[in-house]
Amino acid sequence: MTTRISDIDFGYDQARHLLMRAGFGGTPDQIRTLADWGAEKAVEYLLEYDEVPDHDKPLPNTFDRNIMRPLSDDERRMLSNAQSRRDEDALASLRLRRQQAQRSDRRQMREMQKWWLARMISTPRPLQEKMALFWHGHFATSYRTIENSYHMYMQNQLFRQNALGSFAKLLSEIIRDPAMLAYLDNNDSRKGSPNENLARELMELFGLGEGNYSERDIKEGARALTGYSFNDDSFVFNAGNHDNGRKTILGRTGTLDGDGFVDAILRQRACAMFICRKLYSFFATEIDITARERDLPKEAARTIADMERAMRASKYQIKPAMRELLLSEHFYSDRVVREQIKSPIDLIVGSVRSLNTPVRDLSVLLDALDLMGQNIFFPPSVKGWDGGRTWINTSTLFVRQNILAYLLTGKMPQGYDALASSEQYDPMPLMDHLTVALKNAGSDPAAVTNYLLRFTLGSTTGQPESTIRAFLAEHQNHINRETVIGMLLLISARPEYQLC
Amino acid sequence: MSLHNDPSQARAFTRRMFLGQSLTFASAAAVVPSFIQSSALGMPMPELGMSSIPGVNEDNILVVVQLGGGNDGLNTVVPVRHDEYYRARPTIGIARNQALELGRSSDIALHPAMEGIKALYDEGLCGLIQGTGYPNPNRSHFKSMDIWHTADTTGTGNGWIGRYLDSECCGYGKGESGAPDGSEEEIPMQPAIAIGRTAPLAMEGGSIKPIAFESADLFRWTGEEIHESLREPYTSLTSRGASDDHDDHPTASFLLKTSLDAQVSSDLIRRAVSQTPMTQFPGTPLGRQLQMVSSMIRAGLKTRVYYVSMGGFDTHAGQGNTNGSHANLLRQFSDAMRAFYSDLKRHENDTRVLSMCFSEFGRRVSQNASGGTDHGTAAPMFLFGPMVRQGIIGRHPSLTNLDNGDLKYEIDFRSVYAGILENWLSADSNEILQGRYRPLQILRKS
Repeated sequence: MTTRISDIDFGYDQARHLLMRAGFGGTPDQIRTLADWGAEKAVEYLLEYDEVPDHDKPLPNTFDRNIMRPLSDDERRMLSNAQSRRDEDALASLRLRRQQAQRSDRRQMREMQKWWLARMISTPRPLQEKMALFWHGHFATSYRTIENSYHMYMQNQLFRQNALGSFAKLLSEIIRDPAMLAYLDNNDSRKGSPNENLARELMELFGLGEGNYSERDIKEGARALTGYSFNDDSFVFNAGNHDNGRKTILGRTGTLDGDGFVDAILRQRACAMFICRKLYSFFATEIDITARERDLPKEAARTIADMERAMRASKYQIKPAMRELLLSEHFYSDRVVREQIKSPIDLIVGSVRSLNTPVRDLSVLLDALDLMGQNIFFPPSVKGWDGGRTWINTSTLFVRQNILAYLLTGKMPQGYDALASSEQYDPMPLMDHLTVALKNAGSDPAAVTNYLLRFTLGSTTGQPESTIRAFLAEHQNHINRETVIGMLLLISARPEYQLC
Repeated sequence: MSLHNDPSQARAFTRRMFLGQSLTFASAAAVVPSFIQSSALGMPMPELGMSSIPGVNEDNILVVVQLGGGNDGLNTVVPVRHDEYYRARPTIGIARNQALELGRSSDIALHPAMEGIKALYDEGLCGLIQGTGYPNPNRSHFKSMDIWHTADTTGTGNGWIGRYLDSECCGYGKGESGAPDGSEEEIPMQPAIAIGRTAPLAMEGGSIKPIAFESADLFRWTGEEIHESLREPYTSLTSRGASDDHDDHPTASFLLKTSLDAQVSSDLIRRAVSQTPMTQFPGTPLGRQLQMVSSMIRAGLKTRVYYVSMGGFDTHAGQGNTNGSHANLLRQFSDAMRAFYSDLKRHENDTRVLSMCFSEFGRRVSQNASGGTDHGTAAPMFLFGPMVRQGIIGRHPSLTNLDNGDLKYEIDFRSVYAGILENWLSADSNEILQGRYRPLQILRKS
């Protein structure tokens, strides 16, 4: 077992780190409160989010489920009649209706993206949304392929409802999830001509990781998943299409179906290890998921071992594994703190939540997310987002700087199809804690600079300090709305602002 | 305490913003983007016809075109005289009388949507390498793509272009400290440019970081237009290289280095791609990317390798035959390549530019139940440019001697890389590919 963080070592910097990683950052107020509570209470508050009321609970009718519903029997009859009569007018009008449905579905998808982004920005349960984002990257499914927004919503809700629940349940739900079944082409997979896509990813990307299964397991697994399909919004098991012959998957033999396949995966030692490594990589520091254990950094390997133990002891519950991670001393060490690169979501949601800037226009924020490489509901592939350094290149750095300039001032970044925002941002409440602690500190350029750097970058040393002080001096060391926004503009353009 | 950030904000602001739009529009429109003007004057022109380095083909450029998703090679280069092909593909096969013949005696023909490439072929600007692949093919998109990018069958390590840039010092030759003219002064350098959100693994090297961007408009900071006094501190905060502040912090050093690269390259590239092309490019993603590449070449950027890509080739279902989704993809690819070489020729850079096109794998020989094809193995590669060995290189893989329903490769793709490295980029392929591959004769005999 590794050492847990003690309350003595849990202060402002640690609480700030915890809020950034297990959520999307916090205001000085929120950081201070968690620091005062101590590690255990702070972590429990984040983990036990079920006890925090959800102000805006997503409901089945939050979105329209009927936009892309399949043709009814009547409509199908109409269609085949029109086809046999070669009634071009009727066919054209059916086609038109289909196109209109697709257009409104794309609109609903856009609304859903805004809805999730707004939810991440405003939720009182940040870890739930962060976990949903983790699962979205893990079980990556893209609207681009499936073109059914309500299916994306159902999958998103699945991730939210099971965010810290049972991984076994998630796996067994995902092979019944219409969005996933469509995305990986399982809906047409049938006995005699199985489609291997879902079977492969179930092992390679979802449950075991490369190297822990054979090509034969894929072929046999694909047979187990034949007949797993959906109709409208519901899972359907087409017994007629299912191959119920004997198969051997991962050493288990029998007339296995999808559940048998999932069970075979869950029995592998590699499964809990794989999922804990993915959690560690997402929440702590990036590691090579498929590395041999002895090739991982020692502290990382030990922390992951603790997470695995907790997960196995609880029959694949995620929460105990996350508790191990968030309470480990290692999580607050130099190896982890400020060693991650903010994802585009971390950057935007984190900046709005911690600096308390106006949201301005969710559409603009979504465009920026896309340009930075994280278009939610549209992951680039079934592998999800690679994350880490792949977020950063010379051009995404400019997008990152420019979207902060937009949040802070409303100035419209280039290349967006929108206008500037005139909403005024007041950064002065951020200073409250400084002035409470030290009466005249609010007008002391050195104190203000240090305070802001510690809050935004997690560090007060190095070159930024002298540059910011020089900027303030040029403005007669006045500390006011304009100069603080100026300081924040400069700090957020600094490369280290991308660290988390 | 609550972690609740007033949810009413998220909605209220958008509405209020909408109401404010009419007011801000006038002022926003009146602002002259002064930053663009002043910096355009302030930066040195890229130097055309820069002095040459003895012994280095510094003018030779490689453009890599990636077809992501696994292009169906059998419906791209069609084995029109093989009944096995038509038996395996009853509904998606390309009929012989529809395909574009490549010479009378040839047993292969191009997909009818590839008229552009057919024209390039007839003009002697296209070489077609059959049946490329590698031993023990991996059918995972990501793994196989990584294998092609790293030229290593484990798919790990740096990219092959990254290693080329590392070993050849940004492609400017050994013994140079970075400046092509050998001076000590650091000049803006863009050894490798990828058009896209992220630089591909192929371009990731140990010391050289490629530049990647999707659109040149997004390639600058807007903050300094907010107040003049921000400009100087901004430059100082973003343009310092990996400083001593971060010796023990590789992630921060990486960010600082990328930030510096961004600042120096921004102006140069934005000006280059703002030129009007000399040829009309198709308005497709690949067309747009190749138009940018052509403009950057024309502007005299000292870039040795460009990388462009298009996706969508993962045709598991309903791929169509002479028409349909796969046909559309091939048409986009083909028309963009044609426009690219027309444009290059008009600004007389065509002889400097060799393009290599690949996909991570081909597809199964037999079509599947959904009217598509599943992940397969060997597939053709294309080379373009007046310097390439025109015609068909290698044999078409056998359609009867299959490996589990998949084609067996004929030519290891690393032999193609070796040929390009040795003969076009004058580099040591053994060192870069970390193994010995017989360089394929890819250039026409002069």
